[in-house]
Amino acid sequence: MENFIQQSSIDAVTCPACGLLCDDISISADSAGKLKVTSNSCAKSISFFERPVKAVSPRVGGKDTDLESAIAKASEILSKSKHPLIGGLGTDVQGMRAVMNLAEKSGATIDHMNSKSSMRNLLVLQNSGWQVTTLTEVRNRVDLLLVVGTDIVSYFPRFFDRVIWNQASMFGQDTSTREVVYLGGQNLNTKPGTSPKGIEPTVLPCDKAQLPEVIAVLRALIAGKTLVASSVGGIAVTDLAKLAERLKAAKYSVVAWTGSALDYPQAELTIQNVTGLVEKLNQTTRSSGLPLGGNEGDVGAYNTSTWISGYPFRSSYRQGFPDYEPYLYSTDRMLAEQEADTFFWINSYAPDRLAPAHQAASVVIGHADMKLDHEPEVFIPVATPGIDCKGTQFRSDSSVSLPLKQLRSNTLPTLTQVLSAIEATL
Amino acid sequence: MLIKLKGGKVYDPAHQIDGKVMDIYIRDGRIVAQPNNAEPVNQVYDLSGKVVMAGAIDMHTHIGGGKVNIARMMLPEDHRAHPAAHTEMCRAGCGHAAPSTLTTGYRYAEMGYTAAFEPALSPVNARQSHLEMGDTPIIDKGGYAMIGSDDFYLRSLAAKQDQNAINDYVAWILHASQAIGIKVVNPGGISAFKFNQRALDLDELNVHYQVSPRDILKSLSRAVHELGIPKPLHVHGNNLGVPGNVETTLKTMGAVEGYPVHLTHIQFHSYGTEGDRKFSSGAAAIAEAINKHKNVSADVGQILFGQTVTASGDNMRQHANAAFGSPHKSVIMDIECDSGCGVVPFKYKDQNFVNALQWAIGLEIFLLTDDPWRIFLTTDHPNGAPFTSYPHLIKLLMDKSFRNETFARLNLDAQAMSTLAGIDREYSLYDIAIMTRAGAAKLVGMHDRGHLGVGAGADITVYTDVADREKMFSKPDYVFKDGELVVKNGQVVKVTWGKTHTVKPEFDRAIEKDIKKYFDTYHTMNMEHFKVADDEISEGGRGGVIVQECKGRREKTA
Repeated sequence: MENFIQQSSIDAVTCPACGLLCDDISISADSAGKLKVTSNSCAKSISFFERPVKAVSPRVGGKDTDLESAIAKASEILSKSKHPLIGGLGTDVQGMRAVMNLAEKSGATIDHMNSKSSMRNLLVLQNSGWQVTTLTEVRNRVDLLLVVGTDIVSYFPRFFDRVIWNQASMFGQDTSTREVVYLGGQNLNTKPGTSPKGIEPTVLPCDKAQLPEVIAVLRALIAGKTLVASSVGGIAVTDLAKLAERLKAAKYSVVAWTGSALDYPQAELTIQNVTGLVEKLNQTTRSSGLPLGGNEGDVGAYNTSTWISGYPFRSSYRQGFPDYEPYLYSTDRMLAEQEADTFFWINSYAPDRLAPAHQAASVVIGHADMKLDHEPEVFIPVATPGIDCKGTQFRSDSSVSLPLKQLRSNTLPTLTQVLSAIEATL
Repeated sequence: MLIKLKGGKVYDPAHQIDGKVMDIYIRDGRIVAQPNNAEPVNQVYDLSGKVVMAGAIDMHTHIGGGKVNIARMMLPEDHRAHPAAHTEMCRAGCGHAAPSTLTTGYRYAEMGYTAAFEPALSPVNARQSHLEMGDTPIIDKGGYAMIGSDDFYLRSLAAKQDQNAINDYVAWILHASQAIGIKVVNPGGISAFKFNQRALDLDELNVHYQVSPRDILKSLSRAVHELGIPKPLHVHGNNLGVPGNVETTLKTMGAVEGYPVHLTHIQFHSYGTEGDRKFSSGAAAIAEAINKHKNVSADVGQILFGQTVTASGDNMRQHANAAFGSPHKSVIMDIECDSGCGVVPFKYKDQNFVNALQWAIGLEIFLLTDDPWRIFLTTDHPNGAPFTSYPHLIKLLMDKSFRNETFARLNLDAQAMSTLAGIDREYSLYDIAIMTRAGAAKLVGMHDRGHLGVGAGADITVYTDVADREKMFSKPDYVFKDGELVVKNGQVVKVTWGKTHTVKPEFDRAIEKDIKKYFDTYHTMNMEHFKVADDEISEGGRGGVIVQECKGRREKTA
């Protein structure tokens, strides 16, 4: 564990509060263990690290109990279950390994709290693949950033500071000349897209529901097609044609999106058109997609699940071997259809994220400060990776995973300890 | 606990033992000398008539790291067709071309393999590689750190830093990424692709750094040698898959100026441009050159027919080949100004002219290369075929009539372009033991593996000697890992966790000051986090780090 007695603050702390996984954070602590972000903070890191310390016991039936009794009750519930669902999955790689073991042993189905947005990307990966890049490449190479349907900063606050308006770049580029274009969405916070020299970004707003047409038109223009229409989604086709020319002229354009912001049915088809236009651009110049994600550990969860079982989440061991069905094994659908008779909700990072309201949420394992809209049969508080225990987390771009530090002493068990103890009784 | 393996026919090329009937003793995970009569033997395995070899070692197989996991993620169809259910001993998994980590470990052990090396561990992604290998049971593992298109190295080379600085950086990378060797993929080409270059020949310059693949090969092969790293520089050459690349490969052998070099999946780099279709076998020239250059070794990267997936650090060539993908999808990535990757599913067809000739070229290389200590049995899993096809490949090498029968069923135009049917050579069990055990261990630098001498780790495989070599090598009678019986009759009977083999050459640690400054200026991660700690590898009781001997830093270059 990092030692605050010898040092007034701990540097190079990795922050798992969003998928950027900034590891340049400094943290100090008071005698009660309350943490403070002292440098390179953002709204997300402050809310993650500075949450008041809460001492809570495990509970069974709403009454405080000891850990052994809570584990025994959770084991009993799981052993009686015919089809358990383990959802949430807000955890790190180590916790996810334990989830996979427990799911394998109990024939459970697994799904992540962010799977609705992650799936939009995973379906594209599985259907057509894509050409993508990573944060250090963006930081050193991008000359034109096209942002689709989001402002990025609502999800990833330090994105522009860290990888667009950085001062030095490996290849001598004057980063302040980088161009930023926002395409789609309304009333976005586009201020962070203004260059340090005050050059404003290009903003081409439209309702997100119209992004499918807008992106399709942009792709067609890049492919050299002529269009009859003069406007699409309220955007002049001539403006999109200008954008197409800028993309073709750029040496290393990056097209960024986040699955969560593209919140409409079949958004994966829009993403596929984005990756399709990137593919086309790469016939003559260089261009890369940048799918942004990784919040609540989703990228780490689906990577770990994939190497252990072959599939990302929305997979199931109910037949004794891993099985994957992105439609059938979604948490919302399974709960609505009452296909799972037991629901475990795991959430170590984001205590404000509620479990989907459902009477089957029988066992909740997670953050000590977890918000609950109803009392589950069993609640077990566990250590938060990156604060209460060490861990490993994946960054948005999948290529980088970073160690998480333990920043304070505490008596909370890790998720691995709890799940392994449950598994041992089965 | 003393175990006696009694009366097996032993093939131990490291000690020139070729089928001699003898006893082997195991105590505490190691092979020991025959104890005195007073010591009780706890367990005896009667191996009369059985074939005994050291556990097999796969010196080049993509089993862990970003691109492998992308391959898994993008191929649910591969997994659906090959589920592996939960059993009493084994956890569930799946997969054929890109199996899950658990299934990978079980299947390797069930074929008598006790170690496997991930050859393209991207240093910036090393943590993930080790996490995946940590979830690969039973077998030992290790990785070759991939450099040569990373900005720090290329700017050092461009700035004409002296060889000592290069050596220090190479050593630092090995420590940070917990690797046992150094690999270069399409030297300088992964970087060149990011500057929109679409091809890079041996003497072509990377447009930004103004250095050539030849400069890179010379500097890295020398660094590896001067640091005393046993594993020669592992080279995936320029122009993979391009007709005519045999010339590049032959020149690459000379580019290292006599330093040891290993040319990997050389089959993919042995293509000529003769014939109506401008695609021909360069195998004879390649084998002749390997026979001549004693500093050169190679593994074949044999292709076998069927569905697989190609996963490579070579984003430049994979981007060029993406159109041939089947099913038609691909992932191409630029990674952290450090490396890249390309994943393209592929189906090799025996009636396809090019695929059939690729198959023949691989076998020609195997059979025309004289010294089994310098040629290795790989399919470049999963690029040429999944590793589970090794027993079939061994049969092709050991059984001429089986080989010729298979050849006779291939695309006729390809048959006409190959000399394969005229090659009479058949590999012996001794040759196979060299390629897959003694030679592989020697090449990688696993000093206590790949042989059955006193002191060796007791990784031992026992087979029934049957004429059908595919059957024989598919299902060993017994596999011992560190002296424990882990497989019986081709089935896992005990699940253990192997170790991770590394080298840690000495170097001048002052270089870290420069590297730290570089990370702070340009990167998106802290330099300390680039390093994978020992306890991350041993975490959860999944193994641990073994540091293999490295002959220490040699004299500084004047």
